[in-house]
Amino acid sequence: MGQIFPRNANLLIRLSIFAGLLLFVELVLILGVYFRSNYFRQINVAVEQPVAFSHQMHNGVLGIDCRYCHVSVDKSYFANIPATETCMTCHSQIKTNSTKIAPVVQSYNTGEPIEWIRVHNVPDFVYFNHSIHVNKGIGCSECHGQINEMAVVWQEQPFYMGWCFNCHRNPEQYIRPRSEVYNMNYVHPADQLQVGADLVKQYGVASKDQLTNCSTCHR
Amino acid sequence: MAQAQSIRTQSQPDTGDTYLLPGETYTSITSVIGDVPLTPPMKTPKGWIFGFAISFALLMVFLVSVSWLLIRGVGIWGINIPVGWGMDIINFVWWIGIGHAGTLISAILLLLNQGWRNSINRFAEAMTLFAVACAGQYPILHLGRPWLFYWLTPYPNTHGLWPNFRSALDWDVFAISTYATVSLLFWIVGLIPDFATLRDRATNPLVKRIYGVAALGWRGSARHWHRYEMASLLLAGLSTPLVVSVHSTISYDFAISQIPGWQVTVFPPYFVAGAVFAGFAMVLLLMIPVRTFYGFESYITIRHLDVMAKVMLATGMIVVYGYFMEVFGSLYSSSKYEQYLLYNRLYGPSAWAYYGLLFCNAVAIQPLWFRRVRQNIPALMIISTIVSVGMWLERYVIIVISLEREFLPSSWDRYIPTVWDWSLYLGTIGLFFTLTFLFIRVLPMINIFEIRMYLHQETERAHRREAALHGHGHGHGHDHDHGHAHASAD
Repeated sequence: MGQIFPRNANLLIRLSIFAGLLLFVELVLILGVYFRSNYFRQINVAVEQPVAFSHQMHNGVLGIDCRYCHVSVDKSYFANIPATETCMTCHSQIKTNSTKIAPVVQSYNTGEPIEWIRVHNVPDFVYFNHSIHVNKGIGCSECHGQINEMAVVWQEQPFYMGWCFNCHRNPEQYIRPRSEVYNMNYVHPADQLQVGADLVKQYGVASKDQLTNCSTCHR
Repeated sequence: MAQAQSIRTQSQPDTGDTYLLPGETYTSITSVIGDVPLTPPMKTPKGWIFGFAISFALLMVFLVSVSWLLIRGVGIWGINIPVGWGMDIINFVWWIGIGHAGTLISAILLLLNQGWRNSINRFAEAMTLFAVACAGQYPILHLGRPWLFYWLTPYPNTHGLWPNFRSALDWDVFAISTYATVSLLFWIVGLIPDFATLRDRATNPLVKRIYGVAALGWRGSARHWHRYEMASLLLAGLSTPLVVSVHSTISYDFAISQIPGWQVTVFPPYFVAGAVFAGFAMVLLLMIPVRTFYGFESYITIRHLDVMAKVMLATGMIVVYGYFMEVFGSLYSSSKYEQYLLYNRLYGPSAWAYYGLLFCNAVAIQPLWFRRVRQNIPALMIISTIVSVGMWLERYVIIVISLEREFLPSSWDRYIPTVWDWSLYLGTIGLFFTLTFLFIRVLPMINIFEIRMYLHQETERAHRREAALHGHGHGHGHDHDHGHAHASAD
């Protein structure tokens, strides 16, 4: 009976064992990296809007407070997108003839709302409430980044659940005084852990058990 | 090496007759068993094609049922509150229980040095694997979003969460995946020497190569055998606790809850015994037709069937003890819910299931006390079928009857399985038999080299007995010959 396999067949089999293991490990690693990647999460992708509205100009340079437009952020789960009329409170007087304002004026005249494009999208099964965060001392910039420097807004944080847990498990690392919530340039002090622990107590932030309970965010 | 060999090649104790019919030789064993997978495709027996066609049709039913489930969700089943577990969990427990006979035969009987297991272990292990494959479908499919089943495994996910280790659902994941992995490894390791036999006997060069790759370069050297014995002993050691632990874990799915009838303390051993009981019934149900069809009566003798029937009777009686304990538990509990459960089982709307279960699992096995019944093939077929139905009813009784009448009468409701419940069940039966038919066709369904070794041991034993009868000096003799059985075959 002749040999049915060449001499190096054993080596091939042994190599394929290692290759198989390696392939599996690599596949897991690649998937793990991919699902955390900026590409998959669409981080740092500036989203062009129908109106060339600049947060950098309005908030950063002019210093208009977040709540002038996003009125409901500290009262409701939803930080509203301002109505055209809100824009027109100023722009009926200022830069009325600018081409950049034209879509807003048109919207005002026709009554047709501007179709803004959502940048920060949280899945439907997550009950996210802006007001509780803002009122308990979590600043806008904690999740949205320094909006005051963005001419066009992009997503700065990955917004997956493990990322939420960073804060829900350790709120003292991220909390700030209520007076600083809308300060986009806020820098946490060196003794943040100390200050944060005090603020957590002072603002009555819920216990970590409650913050990490499923039904806190999934109802 | 000495350790490994002392168990596997030790002479059989001199009790009773041999489990092999006389007249078998190493060559006859090898050719009769080995020629089945080596039959050319065009000469496949018509009976096989017929059986496979039916099984494959049922597998397509599975495909349709699962597709519709993925499209529409678990709402297509008959489950609802209060009966949130229906045929999905009934069938899951039923299938995983069936697998246990294979592990018992392959692991525990190996460690107990029961030579007769050599004729049935390959088939029973295959049955284990296929039953686990069927069982594994149900917990995944009943998840609601089955495509996210991997969330149940602990991996560094973006949720920043571990799975809930206090949940029985997660225990199932570990129990079943461990069970499937160890069973598969054990089975494949046991196949390697037989792959080599098939490689050497095959004439078609392609077939030769396929079995050759599977044989992993097996040449039957002493070193190979030493490693083989070591590996299979280690795997037997790993499998042994699994016989007990897997179905105990399944019983915790019920036992950790507060539903009446799910918390009798006898649950884990009662479940394990029930699993072995159902498993042996299934082994009998499958092996009897196969041994007749392929003419394996010399290897799977009437004595094998007799012994398996005895195991079935013994485990069946443990299960009956479990039923007594359930009744005792509810009477003794002083809890009106537990007591009502007994009333509900006896007189409630699903009482037929309880009486059916008592008939199938307690009454129908009693004839097995008689040797004449244990050695009567039609009787064994009938009893095994009744037991398989009975064990299915047992899970129906535990799951459905308890949930239909929970604590609050206002939430009582009936459970009525839909066509999709039944089609999924039929479908997994199709999956099981499709795999079984493929296994019969392409792999040696009896362990060739272990039967050869067993023949060697039996021949030794016969010599020894003869020597003792004729009063020749040292009656133990011939120990130097051990281990040659493998090498001298072919």
